[in-house]
Amino acid sequence: MSVEHHIKLPEGSIEKTTTTLNLGPTHPATHGVFQNILELDGERIVSAEQTVGYIHRAFEKLAERRPLYQITTLTDRLNYCSSPINNMGWHLTCEKLLGVKTPKRVDYLRVIIMELSRISDHLICNSVVGVDSGAFTGFLYVMQYRELIYEIYEEVCGSRLTTNMGRIGGFERNFNSSVWEKLEKFMAEYPAVLKEFENLFTRNRIFMERTIGAGPINAERALNYGFTGPNLRAAGVDYDVRVHTPYSSYEDFEFEVPVGSTGDCYDRFLVRNGEMWQSLRIIEQAYRKIQDMKGAEAEVYHADAPSYYLPPKKDVYTKMEALIWHFKIVMGETEIPPGEVYQSVEGGNGEVGYYLISDGGRTPYRLHFRRPCFIYYQAYSELTKGSMLSDAIITMSSLNLIAGEMDA
Amino acid sequence: MSLTNETIKDRLKAKFGDQVSNFEEPYGLLTFETPKDLNLKVMQFLFDDEELRFQFLTDLTAVHYPGEPGRELAIVYHLHNLRDNIRLRFKVFTPIAQPDIFTATQLYAAANWMERETYDFFGVNFVGHPNLKRILNVDEMTYFPMRKEYPLEDQTRIDKDDAMFGRGPGGIVSPMDEKAGPSTVGQAGPLNTADAGGATSQETRAGQGADEVKH
Amino acid sequence: MSRPVRFNVHPIKADIKDNISLVDMPQGYSGEGFFTTNLSSVVGLARKNSLWPLPFATSCCGIEFMATMASHYDLARFGAERLGFSPRQCDLLMVMGTIAKKMGPIVKQVYLQMAEPRWVMAVGACASSGGIFDTYSVLQGIDQVVPVDVYVPGCPPRPEAILDGFMRIQDLVGKESIRRRNGEQYKNLLQSYGIQ
Repeated sequence: MSVEHHIKLPEGSIEKTTTTLNLGPTHPATHGVFQNILELDGERIVSAEQTVGYIHRAFEKLAERRPLYQITTLTDRLNYCSSPINNMGWHLTCEKLLGVKTPKRVDYLRVIIMELSRISDHLICNSVVGVDSGAFTGFLYVMQYRELIYEIYEEVCGSRLTTNMGRIGGFERNFNSSVWEKLEKFMAEYPAVLKEFENLFTRNRIFMERTIGAGPINAERALNYGFTGPNLRAAGVDYDVRVHTPYSSYEDFEFEVPVGSTGDCYDRFLVRNGEMWQSLRIIEQAYRKIQDMKGAEAEVYHADAPSYYLPPKKDVYTKMEALIWHFKIVMGETEIPPGEVYQSVEGGNGEVGYYLISDGGRTPYRLHFRRPCFIYYQAYSELTKGSMLSDAIITMSSLNLIAGEMDA
Repeated sequence: MSLTNETIKDRLKAKFGDQVSNFEEPYGLLTFETPKDLNLKVMQFLFDDEELRFQFLTDLTAVHYPGEPGRELAIVYHLHNLRDNIRLRFKVFTPIAQPDIFTATQLYAAANWMERETYDFFGVNFVGHPNLKRILNVDEMTYFPMRKEYPLEDQTRIDKDDAMFGRGPGGIVSPMDEKAGPSTVGQAGPLNTADAGGATSQETRAGQGADEVKH
Repeated sequence: MSRPVRFNVHPIKADIKDNISLVDMPQGYSGEGFFTTNLSSVVGLARKNSLWPLPFATSCCGIEFMATMASHYDLARFGAERLGFSPRQCDLLMVMGTIAKKMGPIVKQVYLQMAEPRWVMAVGACASSGGIFDTYSVLQGIDQVVPVDVYVPGCPPRPEAILDGFMRIQDLVGKESIRRRNGEQYKNLLQSYGIQ
């Protein structure tokens, strides 16, 4: 009896020379859930097909139901490694739509928080690139400093990870002395830590051989694919939203934008490290500027926008208008002018954009998030064509794919 | 010589005449509209032109306006000229009965997934797209969820009681419906913020506390 | 209004003299050269202090899990040193993060691939009940697809809360009868989920 009677093979499987490997939604690199179906010829990748959507949470439809303040909690969960940047971006979008102008001190406080979250995002990405290439020490070491950043967030807004930080027009409370003490401790200790982290990896021969040449992309293809952020800068294009369309007084700060050349994993690693140094520089400048403010200007932590910013509690209990404003803001019944606005900020992964269309109702008519991870993950098949399987893994982790931002 | 919104507008009008219309500048961003069969031509012009050079596609999305028959779906493109640092936005409108739009994937590789996402949410059919399948939702889904007539919640769930959230069986019920604008088609209306929500919320908390004592 | 800084700026020196905790012996009858107790206590004691978790991290709770695993909160001191990513080798499935309907069958498949005895911990509001995402695409809690032993609420739960959940799993593991997995009640539980 011949074998064909018992075994049914799929069409064309005998002629097929490649192996199909499912780099499934659950994979060990703790990055999030996205799937790759790879066709391998031996160890080389012939093609890769990505499937996303394993954590699609329908943010855009949810946002149509929620008044503006309730959407901040949704933006936290986009790029959850650096949620304050998303929160500030959303508040900036609302301020643009509502015409609220924030005072300088608020801008500088926001800059400090955004740069701290950029550091925390890049720390995760770079240390996980280390873990994926076999070096666990870097991860454990820098997580200590992420804990210090989390403590700073806790002092400002009460929460570690999904911060829901700030209000339209500023912050909910002034930064107290513990924030400044912790920030000073961070600024004092962190440069040595970052130097040590770099010493572990940057001239480490094993790491260099692992990452140089893995997943390169040239500048034109990167621009065509809509890359932004460190991945684009590693390919050689110095597009940074903070420099091109400065928001929140970034034009008052002096910093450089590190740029790579080949766009491979090593360049991405170095660009992120360089950005962490620049973020530290910005934090120090902002700290100086705030400490130099005197008198009434040094107590300001929010804009004067009573229709959108909750009044202080003692006014709510004593004055009638404050009570009415409080009620209206909390119930989400304040006036939002009709219009459409697009605001973008430089997130940890690139340009995070908010396209908000309002028709005058209490919730947005349409809110669309321009998510950099979603846009640049398309290029993954091109980045890994012809490379080996382990290069594909390290390319995936160096792209800093955050599933929450990808699927929204 | 720096590029301004005025220059872009004049160049577009010179090339396309009446077909580019509705020029506005909400919050400083030049916005205009073209008929749907011209979308590729306009984008190609903006891409190739020596002075305009809009070679970066920032965003591609759609909006559903059920209250405008014949123009229900608006596909919105955000383009960016990185060298001169100017952005613009243009829209094409299409009726919902025949939502065919030419794809931009030949020009911008970034449009590939953005168009799949727009198809997945709104049902816009991009003619010429290499792989127009659902991307974020389950493949078996039969409807396009971001359209205004569909609800946010999964209607088959049994563990959450809609009445407790101020949502009645016929959709969201609100005593403030006279303030409703075009956004209250279907389910996307104001929440019930009046007494019903306040009175039953006490019971909600007690009821859910009892339920949560699982094994 | 400033309040005194309490954490980490001026750390207290650690005192290890009375700070080492030892695992208690199970109740039993001992004499010279022998110790009798029931088998399930000994087995439970061994299992609970050497659980091998499978971190099924999907979203934000996964980052808090990474913080729990790191040296500040350190999951390894509970015996969970070896995190496995293969379900065939793990005891505890920790589902951390939102599970969408697309991901539901995959959670179930991973659960089916685990060998008995297996425990499931739902970390975070999304894994417990859908969390803030009451939408058409999110599974309203993983207990729609797999039986869950411990739910850890929070969005995301603090690392201390994840550790507390882990300690409750340890209680469950330590007190479990060795006959439980073959009993009627457990079989009915699995039947109700459609698992043979």
